Amino acid sequence: MIAVPTTFTPVSALLGGVLIGAAVLLLYHAMGRIAGISGMVAAGLRAATPGPERSWRLAFLLGLIGGPLIATAILRAPLIQPSPTSAPMLIVAGLAVGLGTGLANGCTSGHGICGVSRLSIRSLVATATFMACGFIAATVLRHLLGV
Amino acid sequence: MQRTRIISGLASGLLFGAGLAIAGMTNPNKVLNFLDLSGAWDPSLALVMIGAIPVSAFAFRLARRRRRPWFDESFVLPDTTRLEASLVIGSALFGLGWGLGGYCPGPAIASLGHPGPGLIGFLIAMLLGLLVVAPMARKLFTRAALAKLDAEAPLER
Repeated sequence: MIAVPTTFTPVSALLGGVLIGAAVLLLYHAMGRIAGISGMVAAGLRAATPGPERSWRLAFLLGLIGGPLIATAILRAPLIQPSPTSAPMLIVAGLAVGLGTGLANGCTSGHGICGVSRLSIRSLVATATFMACGFIAATVLRHLLGV
Repeated sequence: MQRTRIISGLASGLLFGAGLAIAGMTNPNKVLNFLDLSGAWDPSLALVMIGAIPVSAFAFRLARRRRRPWFDESFVLPDTTRLEASLVIGSALFGLGWGLGGYCPGPAIASLGHPGPGLIGFLIAMLLGLLVVAPMARKLFTRAALAKLDAEAPLER
């Protein structure tokens, strides 16, 4: 199976999006930083990052893991689901995502939400590029590879 | 101060993670059904962006009235405007990986509460790419850019 069928959920998608926006607002007003996940992971885990710059980033990542568990408990819904893609192909995908976001200095959050909302030209170019390649990979590549 | 910074980080992360989960983005099938135009299309992901971007735009606009954030010295925004090759090549690679597995960095980490072997493999490979391979590739891009500069203006360097 290529992917498990899902239904369009406009209300919860919008609500979730607003919460993500609220997280961006809180982080920017409290710390003056952009809520870009790939950058947060890189700076949080790199050995060269000084302690005070590391700890709040690690706390953010801990919250990122805890948030879905709290939402799952409150809504009593299985919100976290596995990917239908095979494990070997997920390793290839992970490498491409890590290398790609590292080279581009951002992912869906840093470029796609924060950068686009600031109308940054770099982020608009990055977002258009990864959206186009995402469509190509899911629409063509996955079917060709049979993952 | 340090404790306040950690609590702010944690609170923002909790909001971000809960938002992703409620939006259905910790279900890679929803992401793949958005990116795959050949099957039964699920436009939810577009609605997540439509919900998040205006609030985020408001956040940046609101901050212009203040000189500094609550718990840090200054606001830090990326100030580069150059469109270098690594930005486009990196984004293309990222998009391909995203469309293969249905995971981008946020939802992949946010799914760690219920991990499976596929997710763990994805995350280890992602960290390897982000922390080890990307810095090496970046050096190659810098070297290529310097070589180009040398070729264009050899006397000035």
